[in-house]
Amino acid sequence: MAVPKKSLGEAYKDALLSLADSRPDLFVLDADLGFFREESEFGCRYPDRYLNIGAAEQNLVLTAAGMSIAGLCVYASACSSFLAGRAYEQIRSAVALPGLPVHLAGSHAGVTVGEDGATYQMLEDIALMRALHNMTILVPSDYTSAYALFRRVANMKGPSYTRLARQEQPSIYGPEDMDFRIGGGRILREGNQITICACGIMVGEALKAAEVLDQQDIGAEVIDCYCLRPFPVRLVSSSLQRTGCCVTAEEHFLPGGLFELVAGLAAREYPVPVQPVGVKIGFGQSGSAEDLKEYYGLTADQIVSAAVLAWTMRRR
Amino acid sequence: MDAVVLAELKARALNVRCDIVRMLGVARTRHMASSLSAADILVWLYGSVLSVRPSEPLWEERDRFVLSKASASPALYAALAERGFFDRDDLWGYRRLGSTLQAFADSRRTPGVDVSCGAMGIGPGISLGLALTFRNRTPQPRVFCLMGIRELQEGSVWEALIASARHRLSNLTVIVDKSDFRSMSESPNVWVLDSLAEKFNSFGWAAACADGHDMQSLNSAFESLPDDCPRLLIAKTVRGKGIPSLERETPTDEVALDSQTTDDLLKELEGRNDGGTEKKFGRGI
Repeated sequence: MAVPKKSLGEAYKDALLSLADSRPDLFVLDADLGFFREESEFGCRYPDRYLNIGAAEQNLVLTAAGMSIAGLCVYASACSSFLAGRAYEQIRSAVALPGLPVHLAGSHAGVTVGEDGATYQMLEDIALMRALHNMTILVPSDYTSAYALFRRVANMKGPSYTRLARQEQPSIYGPEDMDFRIGGGRILREGNQITICACGIMVGEALKAAEVLDQQDIGAEVIDCYCLRPFPVRLVSSSLQRTGCCVTAEEHFLPGGLFELVAGLAAREYPVPVQPVGVKIGFGQSGSAEDLKEYYGLTADQIVSAAVLAWTMRRR
Repeated sequence: MDAVVLAELKARALNVRCDIVRMLGVARTRHMASSLSAADILVWLYGSVLSVRPSEPLWEERDRFVLSKASASPALYAALAERGFFDRDDLWGYRRLGSTLQAFADSRRTPGVDVSCGAMGIGPGISLGLALTFRNRTPQPRVFCLMGIRELQEGSVWEALIASARHRLSNLTVIVDKSDFRSMSESPNVWVLDSLAEKFNSFGWAAACADGHDMQSLNSAFESLPDDCPRLLIAKTVRGKGIPSLERETPTDEVALDSQTTDDLLKELEGRNDGGTEKKFGRGI
């Protein structure tokens, strides 16, 4: 049976719609992404509580900061390239430095943007956001986790950045699952021989890889690292202590991403070999999402290879 | 504007200028000219325009002030202290570790500072967010943003101008501290901004010009502006206003203050120049 697929952008919209009645302070800003239009359900029900500021990401962030200072709980969405990239300085100066609860949603992240090519295929947003010390960073893998996390951030006192893939994603979690929290992670499959830390679209690939490894009698523990800051340090380090080796999988450049986060954690807490799966060969390009995943090595096969390498390197 | 009020505001402006010189002298720093050019505007705003409560800086209905021209932070501090937002003695901690007064105004540290500033050109966007939030509130807080002329080179400023005009934000006023630049090399693009009023008009803003050191002029220009669209007040100013020897210098000539120079500047400011000051100061700077 085919797993139902849903887009994370839908999760964003649905979460905000579900919050709007109980949170009169909620306001939604968009930079021409089209998440919220007059004819959308949110637009019809709350016409005074959303605004398309236009293709002006710097102003999107500054306006969100101003609204936040005025007491609103603001969500602001744009393409991740231009939100984390173009508006980085505004995020730093106007949101992160004063520590305002502005919730950024960066859409169209990673090579699976597809045909639109390298300009839109943001592969360094997590690195940029990790460089801001108080930025909460979320990378949900499916509709359910994205929905739950977008509801969670509404109660935060500081800023957050949530990375969204463009394509519809197969469900990882049951529709009623709400067990997601800021600073959390989820063990999706237990195993004692290797830890696979994955985020975003790579969680599904990690689960497929775990099946293959299982056939080779390597028990893989798969952790959905949906929250990169605060990172679930205890969850991951106790897994590393059980398994003694690790693979990370992310749709992101290696510098500043999940790999460096987990490798740094291992170095500090419990040194074990960590092998990365991520984008290693350079910026993206046009192509279908599936072809690009293959070309850039973002597949279950690559995770299996990396796992075997990490497993042979482990101390015995 | 009432003559008594005007005289009172002028006296306050002199106090604020003296405190700017003193605090920068204690901090052994420079860049005073930018604060001196904005001093009258800030005293006018806090003295007769903004509805604020120094004893209750977070009063919900207050008008909001956004200092986009971060280099004038000392002037804002001196003006706030003068209005009683915090103890004047705090001014002497300016720029020191642990001080409530950071180099650039920080809303989390300083009572009366509504919005943190520092990076050029972020004020208009933040002001837009504030003005949008308040536009349907009664009573409606107004939003004022003070910019330096050099900031208008930043692209994000124009993004905010477009959006503010689109929403016809009548509760938003931007004041540009338009000090005269003496050489192209000071800021190569600024000469393009000469016809500022026309540029803002074409975006859907109302604009008026005033002498930024004459509170009567500021007041009547401000009151002449219509109240159905965002408003621009161009305040023509002189860098280093109040200290003749400084008015003649270019920004690059400014050096960090020592106690002798500070004292000389204060004498000059208070009009008790003993004749020898100018010469000494001329050598020092």
